[in-house]
Amino acid sequence: MTKEAVNTHGLAKEQLLQMLEKMLLARALSVRQRMLQRMGKGPMTFSGEGHEAAQVGSAFALKPGVDWVFPYYRDVAVAVTIGMTPVDILRAFFARRDDINSGGRNMPSHFSHPSLRIVSGSAPIATQLPHAVGAALAAKLRKLDEIAVGYSGDGSTSTGDWHESMNFAGVQRLPVVFVCEHNNYAISVPWRKQAAIENVSIRAQGYGFPGVTVDGNDVLAVYGAMSEAVKRARAGEGPTLIEAKTYRLMPHSSDDDDRRYRTREEVEAWSAKDPVAEFPQQLKEMGVLNDNSEKEINDRVNHEVDAATDQVEQEPQPEAPTALRHVLVEGERS
Amino acid sequence: MPEKTMVEAIRDAMFEEMKRDDRVIVMGEDVGEGGVFRATDGFAAEFGEERSMDTPLAESCIVGAAIGASLNGIIPVAEIQFADFSHPAFDQLVSEAARLHYRSNGTWSCPIVVRTPYGSGIHGGPYHSQSIEAFYAHVPGLKVICVASPYDAKGLLKSAIRDPNPVVFLEHKKAYRAFRQEVPDEDYTIPIGQAETKREGSDITLITYGMMTHHSLKAADTIAQEQGASVEVIDLRTVSPWDKERVLESVKKTGKALIVYEDNITGGFGAEVAATIAQDAFDYLDGPVTRVASPDVPISPYSGILEEYILPNPEKIADAIRKLAAY
Amino acid sequence: MVSVKEIQGAAGLSGDQLLDIYYKMLLARTVGQRERMLNRMGKGPFAVTGEGHEATQVGTAFPLNPGYDWVVPYYRDIGVALTIGESPRDLLLAHLSRAEDISSGGRNMPSHFSDPHLRIVSGSAPVATHLPHAAGIALASKLRGLDEVTVAYTGDGGTSTGDCHEAMNFAGVHKLAVIFVIENNQYAISVPTRKQFAVEDISIRARGYGFPGVTVDGNDVLAVYAAAKEAVERGRRGEGATLIEAKTYRLVPHTSDDDDRRYRSREEVEQWTAKDPLIRYRGWLIEHDVADERKLDELHEQAAREVDEATEEAEKAPTPAPESALRHVFVED
Repeated sequence: MTKEAVNTHGLAKEQLLQMLEKMLLARALSVRQRMLQRMGKGPMTFSGEGHEAAQVGSAFALKPGVDWVFPYYRDVAVAVTIGMTPVDILRAFFARRDDINSGGRNMPSHFSHPSLRIVSGSAPIATQLPHAVGAALAAKLRKLDEIAVGYSGDGSTSTGDWHESMNFAGVQRLPVVFVCEHNNYAISVPWRKQAAIENVSIRAQGYGFPGVTVDGNDVLAVYGAMSEAVKRARAGEGPTLIEAKTYRLMPHSSDDDDRRYRTREEVEAWSAKDPVAEFPQQLKEMGVLNDNSEKEINDRVNHEVDAATDQVEQEPQPEAPTALRHVLVEGERS
Repeated sequence: MPEKTMVEAIRDAMFEEMKRDDRVIVMGEDVGEGGVFRATDGFAAEFGEERSMDTPLAESCIVGAAIGASLNGIIPVAEIQFADFSHPAFDQLVSEAARLHYRSNGTWSCPIVVRTPYGSGIHGGPYHSQSIEAFYAHVPGLKVICVASPYDAKGLLKSAIRDPNPVVFLEHKKAYRAFRQEVPDEDYTIPIGQAETKREGSDITLITYGMMTHHSLKAADTIAQEQGASVEVIDLRTVSPWDKERVLESVKKTGKALIVYEDNITGGFGAEVAATIAQDAFDYLDGPVTRVASPDVPISPYSGILEEYILPNPEKIADAIRKLAAY
Repeated sequence: MVSVKEIQGAAGLSGDQLLDIYYKMLLARTVGQRERMLNRMGKGPFAVTGEGHEATQVGTAFPLNPGYDWVVPYYRDIGVALTIGESPRDLLLAHLSRAEDISSGGRNMPSHFSDPHLRIVSGSAPVATHLPHAAGIALASKLRGLDEVTVAYTGDGGTSTGDCHEAMNFAGVHKLAVIFVIENNQYAISVPTRKQFAVEDISIRARGYGFPGVTVDGNDVLAVYAAAKEAVERGRRGEGATLIEAKTYRLVPHTSDDDDRRYRSREEVEQWTAKDPLIRYRGWLIEHDVADERKLDELHEQAAREVDEATEEAEKAPTPAPESALRHVFVED
């Protein structure tokens, strides 16, 4: 039987391997933080396990440090794809003084890195989407070749902020992409209680721009959809809504017990389609990866995460009086 | 008598009120499976999905729909998952719930309860730690309650559910499971607007609410052990309308007032208490009306070191007591 | 006279009902004009009226069961209030902030309609905050097993709000008997719809909530009536929500504080004045032999008299006692 050629959307072999490495790195970081949390080394963690294809596939289409990224708290794979390091991520987990995200002030997984243009977010859902739209508006007004991406989950689509952002982006034809990581749950609330439609992408019609639903566990499909959307945005054709259907393999957070609202069978069925296992398989079939190169990547990733953990555990915590700083900008406006 | 945690007491209050009056429903995110703090544990099984309703992720609509349902024969107890997430519903609370009865000249009313976990000290970071009582105590037409004790929580939540006015019911999340207290299984209510003297004393009146009540009691004990001042601790419990009478009576007895609150000092609710005492008990005062509160920085940073630096605690309160006692 | 049952477009309405619709539209027009006049005379500080919207408002309110179904209007809905059963006197008492004003005893601005007996729910001024209320009312109807229908009204500007989205989504998920009526008059004060949303027909949004959306000619009262009647029947049968977008035009400025010359041309206003729904419907009634010119003129006189009487009564009615400003913050036991 002939196999359909996989559409790699113009990606070179090195790039495919980079994508894989980012996915594996994100996975390793999620797993490591879960372990550390259980060991009592940090109060809180939000796993991104299961979402790696949706996150890496979309973020890979961006220009790090040029395009503006507005992630939500599950987006560790977006963060590492854009260029955050394991040290950056773990410093937030351990609330270290030198944490670039927030100096230990924000919860972990509230990614922020000014020079990478990953914008600091909060915990209230979808509040980052109007910000993404605003950044896109600025890019348009200043005639810059930058786009903005707003990431959020399926629960976010019920919020006023989601709606107001989508509408404004549509009216102003802004260079923004909305990526909805639809994993079917908002903590425990299943999609059928969240909205009375199957695919949220249908809503884009109501805002005057295209919406697409993709298999969020197929990193190349996500990349393909995102590349299109990014191209449209850069060409001044306005926003796109990408709904990436995926699954959260772990509970919502370290404070959540997902056994109360979903069955082990369901979780296992999705684990069997784990994108972090499927993509290497796909690459092997394409001849881009073999057992040796796979091991090499895994070893490198694990080593990086180990080294980062060791380093960051030793690093200093913030000094208490610094709690009073940065309420207001110190000094004159630049 | 059984001992319960505060979240258990809250759960009992709602459960009993829902059994007592089938107009009462609970609605909010994740309440169907028991809620992220388990406050509605078992409700869906007992009362069904309609009375223990999972809503979409939409705070403004949660409160708005609660208002609407209350116009049409339902008594909604709306849960906002964290006080920090209530702000999208600010308009519904302030423009609508608070004003409906007044603007309609008394012809419409909305008997809703909006309950939410608030407060810091659990490594929640800036978005799972906020105090919001000052915003709502400032608005005529809303009642605002802050509980941090199981017994108070059950009695006041029942009163809130039975009150024909909109009530913002704030539950200090650090107190949810921190300790147990005797809570009757029977029906009882505590009147809204009634403070409680949780510790009697003669030298200083310490007025407080929420988790600060517990910190204040610890501080008062420390001072007593030093053979220092005798501190009377009043837990307001209801922030709006607050029990001026009890507070003023106590200050007239002691001559010194210390107000302790977790919220940012400027414009926090304790400032209102301070202004009232300064005006209405002036002749009785032997020292400045003093406040202990968090500094004006976002409450609260995630790092334990930073969080601890900011929040009032028994030591800081004890220091303030000593200083005021020495005046 | 031809039997109205045979008249195309009469949507099953009797001759009396067809004339009642006309009269309500007329009354709405007359009350609106009177309020603006009183404002210009310095008698009422503020007027917000709905001239041009009468077909949309009367057409959507007419299929309802007053005092049973729930109505959650916005500030332009004079025609809705009158159709559900408020009187010109009620509206003028509000306009002049009199003590007996049923909507608020002079506390709310005029045109913030409210009457508990008629189940017209008191509203505020922030736009679309009442849409979640409508969803909640309909939720209660469903929980209580009643076939009440709730109709919520807002303008094109209202559709951009978070509250509009959240309310519609909620209604869709819970399959509630709410009818969302969007009175699309092409302007949110001065902001034209092309700056408000990037679609032609806002009714398309209903697809995103899982219920039907229809766009109707909001100046054709019988077309509006037919669409509303169907939506009401759907709601009563438990089939859930409907979005009705009625395309119309506001023939007057936003309020007495607005100068619409700043953002729209006189030509445009004149074009739409020529399509005045009252004149159009009057023509239809005559053409279909439901009434003749004389009868319709009589109705005009009747409406004028009714509004004159109401104005006189309202002007004479007492103002609120100043101390009453302190009452009703809370429900008094």
